[in-house]
Amino acid sequence: MTETDTIVGRGNRDGAQLFRTWFEGLTASAEQGQSAAYVFVMGSLAELLRVFEFPIVFPEINSLQTAVRRVAHEYLDEAEDYGYSPDICGYVKADVAVQLRGGEHPMGRIPRPALAVYTNACNTYIKWAEIWERMYQVPVFTLDVPGARADGQSPGLGDPVLENDRRYVLAQLRELIALCERVSGIRFDVDRLREHLAHANTMQRGWQRLLELNASRPSVFNALSDGTIFLGVANGFRGTAEGARYFTELVEEMEHKAARGIGTLTDEQYRLLFVGVPCYPIFRRFNELFTEWGGTFVNSTYLWFASGGANLGFQYDLARPVESLADGLLLGVRDAMTSMFFQTRILDEMCEAFAADGVVYHPIKSCRTVSTGLADSRRALAQVRDIPSLFIESDMMDRRVVAEAQLKNRIDAFFEGLAARRDQVAARGA
Amino acid sequence: MAYAAGVDVGSTQTKAVLIDEDRRIVSRALTDTGANVIQAAERSFREALAAGNLPEEEVEYVVGTGYGRYKVTFGNTQVTEISCHGRGAAHMFPATRTVIDMGGQDTKAIRVSPTGEIQDFCMNDKCAAGTGRFLGAASSALDIPLPDLGPTALRGDRPVKISTTCTVFAESEVLSWLGKGKRIEDILLGVHQSIAARSAGLLRRVGVEEEVTFTGGVARNVAMIAALEERIGARVNVSEESHYMGALGAALFALDRILASRAPARSTREDA
Repeated sequence: MTETDTIVGRGNRDGAQLFRTWFEGLTASAEQGQSAAYVFVMGSLAELLRVFEFPIVFPEINSLQTAVRRVAHEYLDEAEDYGYSPDICGYVKADVAVQLRGGEHPMGRIPRPALAVYTNACNTYIKWAEIWERMYQVPVFTLDVPGARADGQSPGLGDPVLENDRRYVLAQLRELIALCERVSGIRFDVDRLREHLAHANTMQRGWQRLLELNASRPSVFNALSDGTIFLGVANGFRGTAEGARYFTELVEEMEHKAARGIGTLTDEQYRLLFVGVPCYPIFRRFNELFTEWGGTFVNSTYLWFASGGANLGFQYDLARPVESLADGLLLGVRDAMTSMFFQTRILDEMCEAFAADGVVYHPIKSCRTVSTGLADSRRALAQVRDIPSLFIESDMMDRRVVAEAQLKNRIDAFFEGLAARRDQVAARGA
Repeated sequence: MAYAAGVDVGSTQTKAVLIDEDRRIVSRALTDTGANVIQAAERSFREALAAGNLPEEEVEYVVGTGYGRYKVTFGNTQVTEISCHGRGAAHMFPATRTVIDMGGQDTKAIRVSPTGEIQDFCMNDKCAAGTGRFLGAASSALDIPLPDLGPTALRGDRPVKISTTCTVFAESEVLSWLGKGKRIEDILLGVHQSIAARSAGLLRRVGVEEEVTFTGGVARNVAMIAALEERIGARVNVSEESHYMGALGAALFALDRILASRAPARSTREDA
């Protein structure tokens, strides 16, 4: 067996195994009657919550897993029968059904919340947490994180505006620490926080490097399919030794592939950027609709905002851990919001850096936060760069609004256009 | 002389077009798609062959298009109807920059380059409002044959406002207007204006640039042409072949493949 045989594919295998381990742990917690910290991907603060030994539950990930495992409709139906409108976010409704079922989930059992911690990066987070507050009478803690005021206005640390924002976030963190002590009965231990921050540093450095490596030609991973596995580990194992080891090895794998020209496709024809949230009800098939044409996703805004801005590779200063946690949270969540709301400049730069042939916009019914401005984003990008783009709509959870035949038709036409464009360029060069 | 064929298997009807290597239409055929899509594709192709008095072996290449394009089992390859309508429209009206295709269950707005390639497109999503099916519902509710809808609507002068965006509910809305004593002509004019408004919305999403060419089965409807022109404020090209435009585009793509296979290989540096 060669080194390549051993290393290539390791990230996907180990990622899937880590996921199973994570849910086994959650199941054990639920069966022991232990309660969890419910958090979200944009600003999870897992590094801090682990100090208080909370099992960490990501309801967004639980929900998308019901779609990937093709049972989301059962959960959505149950929540709608209970009274939730079809128009409400599918992630919320699947979680409501998980709660109504006493934590029953296709990957195990989800413990009840002890508290919920979330940021204002998504307006639905706030209303979602209020559901648990009513169901379980548990404390919910909203971290109000100031976003960028406009595109291009993202001052760094030291800027007076950002310093004010940072003090505002830090004061909230101190309140959160007091709350966690009260709920868990465990005293805050700054050295334990340092340990988790150190692991998070390794992971965030790895995440940034991973994204950079996909500029290789051929690209070393598919940002939509493989990238979502990596993203799951980045969130679920944030601030852990397992997560740090995983990303160290994943970067090693991708550097190995990049150095040897081993691509994710055997014949990479088109390099694409993905904007939005994946279509989880037909996750694999959706991706195949592109790979069948030799198209692969070299980057995705999902890997930026749903990693909570880990793409920045922010490194916590372990000499001042709580203050630095405030810095990281502020910069990360601000970047996640910028990735959703002010994408034009970033996408334009990404087209260049990743030699992209096209951009795929995928607004979804469930999430107005991430989808509403995409039509404007597409127009804005078209004004600054001559690059083909595709606008297709479906959903991240609800198969009732996922029409595969219609998606395929549009995707096929998009590739026919890309091929014609390539032929024209070749003819001009002949 | 080489011949090429395009077979457009649509949701309602299947169309076949044969062209010669000078890109002239030799023959065409139209049949209802029905439940057996494979048979519909074969039937339309055979009927086009018969109409053109051509033996099958003289047709060198066949391209399937439309939702049933993968059911054109005798075809050589498939191209989406989006590309085919764009190509067909640009062939019939070379100054075409925008195409609106209105078919049985979908409507597409397509922006094409001066050379006929697709630059952008937009289609109705998961809903048949603003498509030929909407007219079918009105035809059924009012018991007026489809070909008579357009001329009847043109006699209207006080159009009703059709507010529903759902084809299923459109039928009940039409009936409710009848119940209120509105004239059939005015109801139908309202129906056409409603469809035109939705189609114009799709056109605006890709950008309306003249010339605009109207294709698909609904392009035969005179009231729809008028309503669309009024709504977008521009004249639209309509060909007698509008219903066959997808099949024609497919045939043109088929001819491209024939001609490309005959082209001499380009010399390389090594050859020189």
